[in-house]
Amino acid sequence: MSFSLSAAAMKRVEELVRRYPKKEAALLPILHVVQREKGFIPREAEDWAAATLGIPPILVREVLSFYSLLRRAPAGKYFIQVCRNISCFLAGSEDIVKHLEARLGIRAGETTPDGKFTLATVECLGNCDHSPCLMINDDDYGPVTRDMIDGVLKGLA
Amino acid sequence: MSDGKPVILPADENSFRLEAYLSRGGYEAARKTLLEKKPQEVMDEVKKANLRGRGGAGLPAGSKWAFVPQTGDQPKYLCVNADEGEPGTFKDRAIMTRDPHLLLEGIILASYAVGIHTAFIYIRGEYEAIARRLEDAIGEAREKGFFGRNIFGSGFDLDVLVHRGAGSYICGEETALLESLEGRRGWPRLRPPFPASVGLFRAPTVINNVETIANVPLIFRFGAAAFVAAGLPRDGGTRLFGVSGAVRRPGVYELPVGTPLRKIIEDWAGGPAEGQAIKAVVPGGLSAPFLRPEELDVPMDYESLARAKSMLGSAGIIVIGDRTPMSEVLKIVARFYAHESCGQCTPCRIGTTWIRKIAERIGAGEGAPGDLDLIRHLAEGMKGKTLCPMGDAAAFPVLSIVDKFGKELRETISR
Repeated sequence: MSFSLSAAAMKRVEELVRRYPKKEAALLPILHVVQREKGFIPREAEDWAAATLGIPPILVREVLSFYSLLRRAPAGKYFIQVCRNISCFLAGSEDIVKHLEARLGIRAGETTPDGKFTLATVECLGNCDHSPCLMINDDDYGPVTRDMIDGVLKGLA
Repeated sequence: MSDGKPVILPADENSFRLEAYLSRGGYEAARKTLLEKKPQEVMDEVKKANLRGRGGAGLPAGSKWAFVPQTGDQPKYLCVNADEGEPGTFKDRAIMTRDPHLLLEGIILASYAVGIHTAFIYIRGEYEAIARRLEDAIGEAREKGFFGRNIFGSGFDLDVLVHRGAGSYICGEETALLESLEGRRGWPRLRPPFPASVGLFRAPTVINNVETIANVPLIFRFGAAAFVAAGLPRDGGTRLFGVSGAVRRPGVYELPVGTPLRKIIEDWAGGPAEGQAIKAVVPGGLSAPFLRPEELDVPMDYESLARAKSMLGSAGIIVIGDRTPMSEVLKIVARFYAHESCGQCTPCRIGTTWIRKIAERIGAGEGAPGDLDLIRHLAEGMKGKTLCPMGDAAAFPVLSIVDKFGKELRETISR
């Protein structure tokens, strides 16, 4: 197994594993730690997580393939999620997606060749009073306009 | 809160710090209750307040707690449902952002009433920043001795953990939430047994929505009678109504349970957006059947909306203006449920997928004359035929669109 995390991340993993009555409950939390550090969940991390929690690797794969926020492949440095559900649609989210596709030169679901941006369309982000809304990594934006997006993209190094 | 009425959201948006909460009288209700009242008295008081669940099903919180067997020393758990995935719903975000300590104080009171020593807050993965705010608030409270061992010197121990989801609507369903918390796919469980007897790690478990738990301290701060007076006799307190869509002032409005829908839209959300008239309204999150403009005088409480053949659900109000084609709305609704079906039950997995395909065909101008009947047939085939309420949740809005806006949809199809 050729998988390792930084010392700080390993310390966090140990805390997480300890804090549940049954350690397999720490699966989602430790996968979040892995993804934060690596940007995605590498194949080797699946076996590592299974060994850490004493569960079969297939259970890790089942979980990985179920939850939309967990990625099995690298994404851009900036992960842009644009809400396409009803309130954001009513506020013009389709135009926001088109604008981002044009600005980044990719389609929704793709990553820019320089590895900087990944664009995704997602279901409700729970920020409907700021529609149309989107998230860039952990930060919320909304209501967004074409101009605002241009400004934000310019500020992202 | 300073004006002596039970209100959840503080007026000051920077009110999330412990000092601010303490200056509003925070944690006093928990302190007094743990030192002076027996758990059974706490449960009785909550029952008297007629606090009904704010997540969607609307069960009385007091009786949900009472289902937990009060025997033996076996562990019991509280799971606070902060998954908030229902489209058009953003009220729990407001509570956790602006008043996290109110939720934490509610967790202390609920746990004490049921004899629980470990509580989990299951929060949707996208709310990472809010999860951090909760962690900070828990840290502040723990430092003061409000969590941990021997809280307030009462001899009662309690720990609370924040657990992040990872992007899945179905995990807001309570048994899917338990599966997810245990480290598996969010696949709903067959009931019975109900979580109150066999829940998290097979132990008795209470699962309540964030807003439900956040109401509990208010019952003890102001008394059950004042709490009931703030709402309706059989449905006490306020509701956080989230209004979004084609209105002038989208936002969260905290108003008495039973406030008429039209009043919320017109007086609080500023009425329909510039240059539009209202065409349709979803009163309680996307799973609630759509209402037509002439149906908006309904009071926003569980029973009134059930009589109107819709539901209060999460009280997320979505207003659709007359510029929006219903074929587009149908497409978005259908796409959402097809995307979020967990795939476990065939009627939901297949039904939502077929409805999505037909809705997309109608939206693309390629609808066939029998399409609405086909959608109706498929939706009827999901209703009541799945392990969890998602089959119903996916069928209700679709059926209401086809039934109430059939004329417009038929015109779209024949064009």
